[in-house]
Formats: sequence, C-alpha cells, structure tokens
Amino acid sequence: MTAAGEGKGNGSIAVRTDNLCRHFRMGESLIPAVDRLSLEIRAGEFVALLGASGSGKSTLLNLIAGLDRPTSGSVVVEGRDLARLGRDDLAKYRLRTVGMVFQSFHLIPSMTLLENVELPLRFAEVDRAERRPVCEKALERVGLSARLHHRPSELSGGEQQRAALARALINQPQLLLADEPTGNLDSQTGAEIMNLLEECNQSLGMTLIMVTHERSLAERYTERLIFLADGRLVDDRSTARTSASLAPGEAR
Amino acid sequence: MKAYDVAELALRNLRESVLRNSLTTVGISVGVASLVAMLSLGIGLQQLANRRLAKSGLFDTVRVTSRRDLRNLSREGGENGPDAAESPPLDESARQRIAQLSNVDEAYPEMRFVTELRFEDKPHLTVVAALPSSARATDAFEGIEGRFFSSDTAPEAILERSFAQRLLGTSQPANASSPVTALLGKQLTMRYGERTQLPSTSAGSANQPDMAYSVSARYENLTIVGICDLDPDSMRGQSRARVFLPLKLTEGLHVMDPSNLRDTTNVPGASPTYSALEVRVGSPQHIPAVEAAIKQMGFDTFSLLDATKNLRQFFAVLDLFLGIFGSLALTVASLGIINTLVMAILERRREIGIMKAIGATDQDVRGLFFAEAGAMGGFGGALGVALGWAMGHAINGGTNLYLKRQHFPPAQIWFVPWWLITSAILFAIIVSLVSGLYPARRAARLDPVEALRYE
Repeated sequence: MTAAGEGKGNGSIAVRTDNLCRHFRMGESLIPAVDRLSLEIRAGEFVALLGASGSGKSTLLNLIAGLDRPTSGSVVVEGRDLARLGRDDLAKYRLRTVGMVFQSFHLIPSMTLLENVELPLRFAEVDRAERRPVCEKALERVGLSARLHHRPSELSGGEQQRAALARALINQPQLLLADEPTGNLDSQTGAEIMNLLEECNQSLGMTLIMVTHERSLAERYTERLIFLADGRLVDDRSTARTSASLAPGEAR
Repeated sequence: MKAYDVAELALRNLRESVLRNSLTTVGISVGVASLVAMLSLGIGLQQLANRRLAKSGLFDTVRVTSRRDLRNLSREGGENGPDAAESPPLDESARQRIAQLSNVDEAYPEMRFVTELRFEDKPHLTVVAALPSSARATDAFEGIEGRFFSSDTAPEAILERSFAQRLLGTSQPANASSPVTALLGKQLTMRYGERTQLPSTSAGSANQPDMAYSVSARYENLTIVGICDLDPDSMRGQSRARVFLPLKLTEGLHVMDPSNLRDTTNVPGASPTYSALEVRVGSPQHIPAVEAAIKQMGFDTFSLLDATKNLRQFFAVLDLFLGIFGSLALTVASLGIINTLVMAILERRREIGIMKAIGATDQDVRGLFFAEAGAMGGFGGALGVALGWAMGHAINGGTNLYLKRQHFPPAQIWFVPWWLITSAILFAIIVSLVSGLYPARRAARLDPVEALRYE
C-alpha cells in the first residue's frame, strides 16, 4: 500500500467499525444515529467525516472517542473493542490513546492555559515536577508561549483552539479526533488550525479523523472523505491530495 | 489522580465559588459550634459536680458505726444483723481489720468534741474535729489561707473562717485589708478533758476486768496555721466543726468522749472504742464491696453512693440531650453540603464532561467532589470548634458574672477536652463526606456526551 510508502504509518488498521449501530430513544420512536456502519481507517490516515447535520457524524466520532457506547456492533481501535471495555478502561483509553478537539474548544474557564493543558497529565498521574516543562513545550509548539497564564476567556477563538489542541496532544495519543475544529473560527484562523492538524498527521504520523461539514476544507487538507447520511455510509473516496499516489476506490 | 492533585483541584474549585462554599462552611461550623458548646457545657457541669462531690470526701467514704452505739439502736441497721449487744466493739483491732480490707485507703476514727478554746485570754466554746492528713486533698482546703498541718502530730490548728472572724471580732476591730490572716501564727489554748485509764485494782478478776477512767482537765497550746473557707465536714450531718486538729495529735490527747462512758457500763473488759470510723476507699466504685465486707464484720455502715449513681445517670442523660440538640444543627448543615455540591454539579456539568472526555475516570471525579465535601467539613469543623470554644467562654463568663452578683464563688461550668476538639472536627469531616456521597456518585456517573452538550 502506497500510504505506507509515504511514511505515514505502516498501513495497519487504526480504527475499524463493524456493523456499528447507535440508536437513541426519543419517546416512542427509535432514532438510528449510526446505522450498521462498517469502515476501516488505516494508521496514519487523515480522514474527514462529512454529512448534513443529524447524519450521525458526531455520534460516530463520539463512539470512536469512547465517549459513547454502541447499541450494537463494534468499534475496534488499536486492536481493542471499545464496546467491551469497562468504564475505567474506557477512561484510560480516552486518556492515553485518543486526543480530542471540539468545536467549542471545551477548555475549563477557571483554569489558565497551562493548567488546562496540565489536566490530562494529572489524570495520568505524572509527577508534578515533570508536568510543567512538558506543558510549556506543548503550548510553545502551538505558538502560545506568551499566553501560559491567561485564562481562556482572555484569548481569541483561534488561540483557544490551539490550546485545546496542545491539551489533546499532551499524552501523545495515536489517534486525534476533531469535531468541527474550525466551526467557531473565521477562515483565516481556521486555516491556522488546519495547518497544525496537518502537521500532526504529517510529521507525527498520527491518525486523524475530523468531522466537518465544509467539503472544501476537507478536500484541501484530508486524504479521504467519508460521507454519512442518516447514520449510514453513503460515499467513501480519496481526495485529490491522495489520488496522485493512491488509486481511487482503494480506500474502502 | 494523585492525592495532592485531587486536593489542589478541590481547593481551587472551592475558591471558584467562594461565597457559596464559605456560606456552606459557616453552616457546618455553626453546627459543630453548637455541638461543641452543648457537649462541653455538659462535661463542664459534670466535672464541676464531680469535683465538688468527690473532693468533699463524701463519695469515697464509708462511715462505720457500732451497733452498740446507743444512738444507732433506733436506726434501720438495728433490724438485721447481730443484736446490738452481740455486735463487736469498734475498737483499734476492728479499725485495723477494716483498714486491711482491699481497696481501703485508710480507716481513721472520727473524733469530734465540744471544748473550750482560749484566744488572748477570752474563752470560746466550739466543736473541734480531727482531720487525717489525706484531707489535704479535699477542696475545702483549695482556698486555704496559710497552710495545712506540717505533720500529723504537730500542735497546729486550722480555723474555719467564721470562727476566725469570731475570734477577731472580740479581740480587735475587723481589719478590712487583712482580716483573718492576722491570726496566722498566733497561739490558741485548748482546754479539754483527758481520759486516763486507772490501773487495775486487785478487786478485778479475769472475767470481770476493771473499766475505770479518771478524767482531768488539760491544756494544749496550738499554733494557728491556716484558715479555710468551707467547713470540710459541712455535709456530714454532724455538729459542724469550727476548729480542726491533726488526727494523730488528737488521738494522743485521749480526749474524753461521751461514748467512753458507755464503755464503762456495757462492755466488759474491752479496749477503748471509737464512736465512729471514717473509711476512705480508693474510688467510689469500690464502695459497695467495702460496705458489704464491713457489714459482715457486724458494723453499721453509711455512704452516699446511691446519690452519685443518680447524679451520673442524670449527667449521662443531660449529655445525650445536649448532644442531640447539637447534632441537629450539624444535620441541617449536612443538608447544606448536599445542596451546595448538587448545585456545583449542575454548574460544572460541562467541566465534568470535559474532564471525562480528556481521560478522567469516575474515581477521579468522585474523589474531587469527595475532597471538596471533606475540605468544607474540615474547615467548618475547625472554625466550629473555635466558635464553640468562644461561645462556651461567653457562657462561662456570663454565668460567673451572675454568680458573682449572687455572691457565689466563681465556677468553671465549661470544659473543652482535647478529645472533644479532635472528635468534633473528625465528626464534621465524616458528616461532610457522607453528605458528599450522593453528589459525588452523581457527578461520577455523568454521561460525558450529555455533559458536553450542556452549555
């Protein structure tokens, strides 16, 4: 597989869903947010999940993130079936294996950027003395070394999202999930965030799954587009970025 | 999460909504304060009563009398046990046997007689009593002016204050600045009747030994060494003594006692007897056994133990009631904790969701809420103890002000023992943790997806 030849992962399967279903009960009716969905994402891929709102893309992302549990079917990430993990193991999975970036940043408002980025290290029981240099370095990498002691409310949206990205990366996850990361940003700062995400994918070799409804953005940065509608996979194709090196349709 | 991280995050969360959390903490502290105030009032009153009663020597003392004593013939003790005439005499050998009973500290004769004392050539008639050196510890001598007897045989006297004033009243005008202390070191002459056993006459035989005394007037010079406020025997129901002498000294004087007269009439060939013995027991709880043993010997006994039993029961009930009232306030405070934490969950729903999304376990979230509850309990407890202590001091001060107005001596009705301080704080923490149980569980169980949706 050429993806492996590009030095972005070894082509092994990072995420695999098998007949994945997630149904929500709304009064009497059952709403299938994700419906019998099967797909595979290779390690090192940069994938966009596209679809109209209510198509189930965020639900799918939450299932992969281990924030939600499937009604039936399985989600296997790095060889582990998330449906079979206990509450504590799932928390550990969220802590160690995945990093997450949200549309509304989800930084804790009462904490400074440094403290926000430090939080996952606290949960990981990293010694206090080791935490600080790691956090400073992480914020420096996203260009926020001058903002360490600012609270999120004192920062622009782009800065907040960069801090959130630093937090998501602090425990060096293999998988980075982004839910509309540029949804609350103007196109200029959105592009900055996208460049950072791309860098994670390119230089760190991270598998990246991004939910977005901006097709142009997805086409510009990602290498594979997965279209969802009513919880089902309706299209799965490579973008122009990969079509040169990857035959269309090879990504299933 | 490590313990110090939990503590640090919990404290910063408490600081975030400082008003609400401090109000809750104040609520706890008021609860703890009322608990501490109530309990230490109960403990203080109990200690006051115990001190007064135990030190008065009434509750560790058994009074032993002989059934032969005419005064006792008509009493209840006369109905059971040996007949008066057959009961053993209360003499020196009986005293020694009683003194050797287990748990008996000492057994000493009660010596009390009416006699004349001369001070600066003026006679005063009063009751004189002998005191054992162990009486030094009773609270009658807590406020003594001067000192206690230098030895058990020293020719010294301690005067009761009113008697001392009487001596002064006749000898010199009352001096306001040093009223009675002027008497210390002065001499007092006691006139008494000494009883001397007459040598056996030849008429006496083995089964009818002689019992003859001669009584002669004697004088004993005594130095006044102390003046005490209270009559240490004031509750003994006997004639109140005004002047006290050391026990051994008094024994050596062989003062003629009315009971000696009876010896000559109804006891053939006995050694001199005592009218009564005071038996001091190590602790009130041994009184029943000692009393039973002495009764076995054929003597009558009297103690006030039943009175203390009732008293202790009263204080146990009082403490219980005061504790319940105090705890009531703490219960209300614990509802405050639950309320505060449930509110905090609602307010921090999104924050909990974020923490779970980035890898916090249920245990982490639960620990955080627990630590917050515990910290409020700890702060509230410490503050409450301080508050309760201050309240107690105020009550004590007020009471003493009142007592002073009523011309009573001041009393410590308030006592905060160390165990109460530590257990009150611990209790506050435990109550807070129990209150935090439900909110912490609820926070830990929050669904992260739901929580993140909440803005």
